[in-house]
Amino acid sequence: MGLAKRIIPCLDVEAGRVVKGVNFVDIRDAGDPVEIAKRYNEQGADEITFLDITASHEGRDTTVHTVEQIAREVFIPLTVGGGIRKLEDIRQMLNAGADKVSINTAAIHNPELVQQAAERFGSQCIVVAIDAKRVDDVDGAPRWEIFTHGGRKPTGIDAVAWAKKMAALGAGEILLTSMDRDGTRNGFELGVTRAITDAVSIPVIASGGVGSLDHLVEGVTKGGADAVLAASIFHFGEYSVPEAKRYMAERGIEVRL
Amino acid sequence: MTTDVIAVIDYGMGNLHSVESALQHVGGAHVVVTHDHNVIRDADRVVFPGVGAMRDCMSEIKRLHCDEMLIAALQEQHRPVLAICVGLQALMSHSEENGGVDCLDIVPGRVQFFGDPLLAADGERLKVPHMGWNQVHQTSEHPLWFGIEQDTRFYFVHSYYVHAQQRELVAATADYGVSIDAALARDNLFAVQFHPEKSHTAGLQLLKNFVSWTGKEG
Repeated sequence: MGLAKRIIPCLDVEAGRVVKGVNFVDIRDAGDPVEIAKRYNEQGADEITFLDITASHEGRDTTVHTVEQIAREVFIPLTVGGGIRKLEDIRQMLNAGADKVSINTAAIHNPELVQQAAERFGSQCIVVAIDAKRVDDVDGAPRWEIFTHGGRKPTGIDAVAWAKKMAALGAGEILLTSMDRDGTRNGFELGVTRAITDAVSIPVIASGGVGSLDHLVEGVTKGGADAVLAASIFHFGEYSVPEAKRYMAERGIEVRL
Repeated sequence: MTTDVIAVIDYGMGNLHSVESALQHVGGAHVVVTHDHNVIRDADRVVFPGVGAMRDCMSEIKRLHCDEMLIAALQEQHRPVLAICVGLQALMSHSEENGGVDCLDIVPGRVQFFGDPLLAADGERLKVPHMGWNQVHQTSEHPLWFGIEQDTRFYFVHSYYVHAQQRELVAATADYGVSIDAALARDNLFAVQFHPEKSHTAGLQLLKNFVSWTGKEG
């Protein structure tokens, strides 16, 4: 027995409200991130990821307040991502009670931010988010490139090389999202998951495309992921976190039950 | 009856909110996050947390004289002290982090890097940092384990691990390629590598046990 593979529900939050909807039958306010985070905590989620998609500054203040409220009531690790551009943003989220901060686009524009953040706050709280899309070579060999702006804008950066670079700069973890699969419910893009988990020695969270419990299993057994992140299958009460864990445990995956 | 005061030693290395809010959630004591000598001297219980890199931690601990406050608390047997993560590591003699850092040498022993590559017994490559929920194997009876089952999972996040010289001080171990000291106990000191404040119900139970602990091992 050893370290458990982690199951991480993800909340997309805009100006303090959960978007994409959550549909627990017995929840009073399906848009309240605090109430939803508490629910996942009670269900035995191993961590919670909170993705802030708010554009405005006013909205971000609300986000900080929400993080503070969640941190007061949820005693499992909390990762906050979205709109993190500078060291001050990281400090603000950590002070609000986040345990880890996820850096995405800012790392592409300014890779040194990752290094500075790791030196200042410790690698353990710096997650680098990678949004990858498959762009095969002319000879058909699989290759994945980093895209920004929700998968619309190519960067020319090879996702596997980038993951290695981020680990070398001090990232403590990689949050890998397949932009080909995100929202499709067709399962993780296992090729890029495996390529990156093999390439780096830091933990990798697989994200994007989960539509069934088998997808969670594959992320670990075929993709080699250390943690699997999902939103909709949990939000709509289709599966609970304990159901997911039992299913994985029955298939030989070590989980925290 | 007056309420107990728990001083969480703040040496400026970052986020102590989670420790504070978990202790508040457990209740039964007034929690103060501080590096004020007077507050720490008068506190009934002391928590020595830690996040960040060892070299910076040690320089801040010394600059703010937190080491002296900690040693003073440890000498008073009725004042329970709980060290967490880097707080535990700082108690040891020496750490391999940052090219080698001398620590407080309150508990003889070393803080070592997990290694890269780190391999499990079956040859599987293990990721570093050791991040996530691992089983904590209790190796001694202690009041802080009250109500916590053997091999319960706690949340870890660290790249360096502790190996105490005096093996009789080890209160729990965990396996991650190597056997690591997950908890040490000596008199009124209990020190853990995992994060009870992030370990859901088991972690809250341990903190609850700390709040009611007399500081005696039996």
